[in-house]
Amino acid sequence: MTAMKQQSTYTRGLHRGLGVGVGYFSVSFGFGAMAAAQGIRALDATLISATNLTSAGQFAGLTLIVAGTTLWELILTQLVINSRYALMSLALSQKMGRDIGLLPRLAIAFFNTDEIFALAIAEREKLTTPFMLGLGTMPILGWTGGTLCGALAGSVLPLGIRTALGVMLYGMFVAIVVPPAREEKPVLAVVVLALILSCLFAWMPGLKTVSAGIAIVICTVAAAGICAVLFPVPDEEVAA
Amino acid sequence: MNLYLCIAAMAVTTYLIRLLPMTLFRKPIRSRFVRSFLHYVPYACLTAMTFPAILNSTESVLSGLAALVTAVVLAFRGKSLITVALGSSCAVLLTEFFITHI
Repeated sequence: MTAMKQQSTYTRGLHRGLGVGVGYFSVSFGFGAMAAAQGIRALDATLISATNLTSAGQFAGLTLIVAGTTLWELILTQLVINSRYALMSLALSQKMGRDIGLLPRLAIAFFNTDEIFALAIAEREKLTTPFMLGLGTMPILGWTGGTLCGALAGSVLPLGIRTALGVMLYGMFVAIVVPPAREEKPVLAVVVLALILSCLFAWMPGLKTVSAGIAIVICTVAAAGICAVLFPVPDEEVAA
Repeated sequence: MNLYLCIAAMAVTTYLIRLLPMTLFRKPIRSRFVRSFLHYVPYACLTAMTFPAILNSTESVLSGLAALVTAVVLAFRGKSLITVALGSSCAVLLTEFFITHI
């Protein structure tokens, strides 16, 4: 491939990832604000986003770090919450084929988030290294930049506004969960089950003493596991 | 626990989950159970992280509850991610304004 062709393919990827980049900016703004509200410095919050690039995992990690956790609990929580990426990386790996070598894969794996994965899978043309690198650029910038802005805003704004901004992240989680739960019964079952378990861990004597990370891990594994037995996904759905 | 050690542990774990299936273990997952499980994981963990934690994330339980109800109603009506998030923020601001001024 000539240098010019490579550049135009990179630009095409860049354009394709622009929307996700903007969306990430707003979500990570909430993460930054929440981190600042919990006493994490703006640059440290930005470092978390720049190195992790995952909303749910980072959020759980932040909660654990603030609460004072062990390293093992932190790692276990990340393993469970982010396990779905393994499936996405496998699928993306199939679609990329042999043309994309080991070195580019080291980079592409880093930014294989839910949304970038969806864009890459939906792409009609053959995936190339420049396209994939272009695709990842705006989301990475948006995610990291949004965190920095949110953390800076969160550390100067008055307490009332800070608390309100901190809730944004929960709002986004609700926005991710509710629409599919409304459409698909199995997802609704997962949500209700996780809800009940999570309340038990929060309020039941005995279970209350279980640390936050382990509670999330148990709720996730139990709810997803039970529903995987009761409502296995159809074969074609995961072939994506 | 050192903050940077924590960040590094999170980053390395997450990276390996994404990297290994793309480089070393590239066989498709045949087990229907495992694929179903991984499909349901995000919904389970997002739910467990949101509730009941959202109730204690603001100055009073009332404003947390207002944020949750607003978010669920907006999301149920199919509003966008950012609308739902800002809506729940506004609910907190309004509720806390009423609590302190009335």
